[in-house]
Amino acid sequence: MKLYAKFFSMHLRSVMQYKTSFFLMAIGQFITAFSAFLSVWFLFDKFHQVDGFTFQQVLLCFSVTLMSFSLCEGFFRGFDTFSSMVRNREFDRVLLRPRNEIFLVLAGKIELSKIGRLFQAFLVLLYAVPASGVEWNLQRVLMLVFMLLGGVCVFCGLFLLYAAICFFTVEGLEFMNIFTDGGREFGSYPMGIYGDGILRFFTFVVPLACFQYWPLLYLLEKSDSLWCMLSPLVCIAFLLPCWALWRFGVRHYQSTGS
Amino acid sequence: MITVSNLSKRFVVNRRKSGLKQAAKSLFHREREFIQALDNISFTIPDGQVVGYIGPNGAGKSTTVKILSGILTPDSGECDINGRTPWKQRREHVAEIGVVFGQRSQLWWDVPVGDSFDLLRDIYRVPEKRYRANVAEMTERLQLESLLRTPARQLSLGQRMRCEIAASLLHDPKVLFLDEPTIGLDAVSKLAVRDFIREINRDRRVTVILTTHDMQDIEALAQRILLIGKGKVLLDGTLEQLKQEYGRGSVTVSYSAGETQTLSGLEIVEQEMGRLTVATNGTREDTARVIAQLTGTLTITDISVKGPDAEEMVVSLYRKYQV
Repeated sequence: MKLYAKFFSMHLRSVMQYKTSFFLMAIGQFITAFSAFLSVWFLFDKFHQVDGFTFQQVLLCFSVTLMSFSLCEGFFRGFDTFSSMVRNREFDRVLLRPRNEIFLVLAGKIELSKIGRLFQAFLVLLYAVPASGVEWNLQRVLMLVFMLLGGVCVFCGLFLLYAAICFFTVEGLEFMNIFTDGGREFGSYPMGIYGDGILRFFTFVVPLACFQYWPLLYLLEKSDSLWCMLSPLVCIAFLLPCWALWRFGVRHYQSTGS
Repeated sequence: MITVSNLSKRFVVNRRKSGLKQAAKSLFHREREFIQALDNISFTIPDGQVVGYIGPNGAGKSTTVKILSGILTPDSGECDINGRTPWKQRREHVAEIGVVFGQRSQLWWDVPVGDSFDLLRDIYRVPEKRYRANVAEMTERLQLESLLRTPARQLSLGQRMRCEIAASLLHDPKVLFLDEPTIGLDAVSKLAVRDFIREINRDRRVTVILTTHDMQDIEALAQRILLIGKGKVLLDGTLEQLKQEYGRGSVTVSYSAGETQTLSGLEIVEQEMGRLTVATNGTREDTARVIAQLTGTLTITDISVKGPDAEEMVVSLYRKYQV
């Protein structure tokens, strides 16, 4: 952890070499995310409820997804851009250090400009928490924390999966973005509104719904089944197969060129 | 001590002809080809030796270095470096080796070199006292004082390479892998780097494995040469042995009188009006023999002796083994 802090300060120092660029990037990130927010807002200008969820409740879902995604994108950037790391042989260097590879990839790239997006997610969450009509108690606050944690786990797992595939293809596979960037867009709304097929897919295959739709039902007292309470745990479990594939990939790493 | 026995590694390469149509075709049908990068390689390197690992491009040099440094896993074969198998005990292994890739940097681009060094100290868990002593020593030997405060992106290639080598020695490695450390450097930097490698090897007993295409590096540093081609070790010996076996020198004389027909047992390479070039096998004895015979027969006005040239030697070696 101390070493991670050292890496973090290195990234901070690197970024501060290009201050203007950094702030422009962060503002750009904020604006991009804001357009997603606007689209939700415009929609609710016409319809006042979507599948029984109010605007504020959807925003709660929106901010949880956006926050976990931008946390991942900022701190898991190394896995998101892993194909370039394999291609320019940076990963060779990682393997030459006497530390855990995942840690080094993680610490090796931190995208601080994602703070713009994170800030936006935070603002929306601040608004949605009191406005959503949830009667907050300790359990529910804990649930919210677990939703965020689950979200981080799912997106991290996806990035890890994406990186593991790079070991075999060298090139990144763009279709994985359907689940990462696409997941973020999809996740702006509770997954239930897309119909049963998609909900099932995002529950059992890529558990995006497990950190927003199902726990949201619990928060809003629309369901009190055990499943809804425990669904964020599925997200954490999702990391396991992703991690296993990554380990498998590392062992089959081929490196490139001279 | 490095022991390598019967190491083999094969790569799968997908081939296709150039052109868009072929590219589209390769999406569905791929022609696979196997390249035997290493084919049953075996050698031993005792502690403290400087080994020049040479061979043409694509011979398998980098693959060997990557396997020995724990990056790649071979298909078969054994390797033991100081009691460990690199790809099995990777983390323990890499803590004791240093690797410099001449064409890639391990320094942080945008922060002063000194900060990169500090981070390496933390990654390798180098004790503070040891680290300070090492940095002081490197700074003195490689003249890094002003460089340590400069971001890596503002360094010249020669300055950067000095920092790279220093960076790879901060954790007191027992084995140092240098992959083309002098590539692209100017004469002064090359000499500085060579001198430093020699000193480090002498003072710290660091085993150095040097891959290079620069034969001057080899002449200046390598106590032993391993020639590799097509994935096999073709030759293993000292530069002197190589010179004796494969080196060729020559003696060129200008003469004012005398008959060259009477010379016997000499291999004449070139002859024109008043000038004669005779081949030698490169050793001092043979050169002396040739000069004695020439001075005995001809009235010589000028003489020049050429020793075996490492560059030419390697070319003839490559040609002999057809690699």
